[in-house]
Amino acid sequence: MELLEFARGPALTFAITVFIAGTIFRIVSLLFMWRTKDSSEGSAREQPAFVAAIKEIARRMWPLPTYKQRSLFQLINGYVFHIGLAIIVFLLLPHILFFKDLIGLSWWHLPNNVVYAISIVTLISLIAALVMRMANPAQRIISTFDDYFSWLVTFLPVLSGIVATTHLGARYETLLGLHILSVCLLLVYIPFGKIMHFFLVFVTRSQTGAHLNHRGAQQI
Amino acid sequence: MADSTRRKNRAKQTLGEMLTERGVSRRSFLKFASYTASILALPPTAATAIAEGLAKARRQSVIWLSFQECTGCTESITRASSPSIEDLIFDFISLDYHHTLQNASGHAAEAAREQAMEENKGEYLVVVDGSIPLKNEAYSTIAGISNRQMFEETAEHAKAIIAVGSCAAFGGIPGANPNPTGAVAVSGLTDKPVINISGCPPIPEAMTGTIAYLLSFADIPELDHLGRPRAFFGEAIHDRCYRRPFYEKGMFAKSFDDEGARQGWCLYEVGCKGPVTYNACATLKWNGGVSFPIQSGHGCLGCSEPGFWDLGGFYKPLSTAKGDALKYAAGAAVAGAAVGVASAVAVRSKRNKVMSAAKAPATPAEEAK
Repeated sequence: MELLEFARGPALTFAITVFIAGTIFRIVSLLFMWRTKDSSEGSAREQPAFVAAIKEIARRMWPLPTYKQRSLFQLINGYVFHIGLAIIVFLLLPHILFFKDLIGLSWWHLPNNVVYAISIVTLISLIAALVMRMANPAQRIISTFDDYFSWLVTFLPVLSGIVATTHLGARYETLLGLHILSVCLLLVYIPFGKIMHFFLVFVTRSQTGAHLNHRGAQQI
Repeated sequence: MADSTRRKNRAKQTLGEMLTERGVSRRSFLKFASYTASILALPPTAATAIAEGLAKARRQSVIWLSFQECTGCTESITRASSPSIEDLIFDFISLDYHHTLQNASGHAAEAAREQAMEENKGEYLVVVDGSIPLKNEAYSTIAGISNRQMFEETAEHAKAIIAVGSCAAFGGIPGANPNPTGAVAVSGLTDKPVINISGCPPIPEAMTGTIAYLLSFADIPELDHLGRPRAFFGEAIHDRCYRRPFYEKGMFAKSFDDEGARQGWCLYEVGCKGPVTYNACATLKWNGGVSFPIQSGHGCLGCSEPGFWDLGGFYKPLSTAKGDALKYAAGAAVAGAAVGVASAVAVRSKRNKVMSAAKAPATPAEEAK
């Protein structure tokens, strides 16, 4: 019980504080970052930057026909665990109660059993993502510590959540404490690793789209 | 003098002899043993062992010490259905000292305790309810004797010690934050093994059943990591709760006594601590098996767990943060923004310096101008 108390108390407070400070630090420092002014005339087929940004966000939702064959499984697997994670985090009642207590908002939830089933699929999908990264020589070479650690801190809350729910290996309060601690680790790491794409994915895609649009890249 | 002789003679008698003398049939006795075996989660064959063990046992001297407590544990044990407190007091134990239940008072009461200790040295059972203050021992005294002193001198020659109630087992409410009296559990003051029967109060059958086990087998029952008999504290209330299927289905009562609560939906959302509370409430229930708090529509408070008073609020769901997790949020946001701006300014400044230092020489056309 002491572990659970520690996890629900000081550990969670610390993790949320670091998460808020780190995330705002990253966003503010990006907003104020030096940007080289592009004084070039721009392409003849340049569209408004906003339109190009939206198009780029949409285009990257699905692979180009050239790469479709090679990357389709990876892409679908990516969708599976991203959607799975979103459902687990935002549609399981105990998690919604956490948000309600924190920010006062609550919303509709799925039956716990349904979320458990989705958790298993998500867990398998995450393992598949790691296996693919390690099995593909090119991916393996370009993978950094951040890639593996980001995977680990995402994987641990899902695994510990399933183990806690099923009471595997230890008492529920211990497993719940470990689950919350794994979430704390995730929260602390989010601002400082690639999981920051949670906040930046559409920002970076917009930026890329606008930039390529100005340079005259063909919109497909 | 005659009273003392009668007491000594009765102490020599086995329980079997006493029950026969009182006309208790073997059939009744076996029925009692079967029920006791079942609440202790023992196999049916153990009923015979319990009957034989109890028949051979001698009437057990019990000294019940009440320290920083509310008498709720005594209130509870007097409502035990089987083995009932009457079964225990009249048939199996000699309750030699108990503030609430004994006839003697004042000096006579203390004399009874001392006499029981003297006559049953090394053989008597000590039951404690209530925590013991260490910050200032004068906070709780009995007949001018501090709780600590009374416990230490009584426990010294005890055969076994049972801490009943969460106060005696874990410090309980007196030990809750900020623990003004420096209350501690009895296990912290003795090297002897302590059987904790926690709860606020404990389930009566958990108390009487454990005493029956001690008498039957002359041994301590299997205990969990908190020193509690596994027979009563082996499973989480949540796992045995009749509302559990609704937890899996995601059907939760939103407030007390709403339609969902009446339909038997799970009370997790209104703060039930059943998932982290180990006790037999959902199986043995209370008042002779009539009901238990969750059945009555209130979430479990987790009263049989250490520090239950400080778990972050009885009505806060278990998945929420304990306390205000956002208490540093505003400061964190300001600090994050400040460091972000500072780092951007530092980068710009560094860039300007580098650009100035490495400024390209003017073009020939500019030179001509």
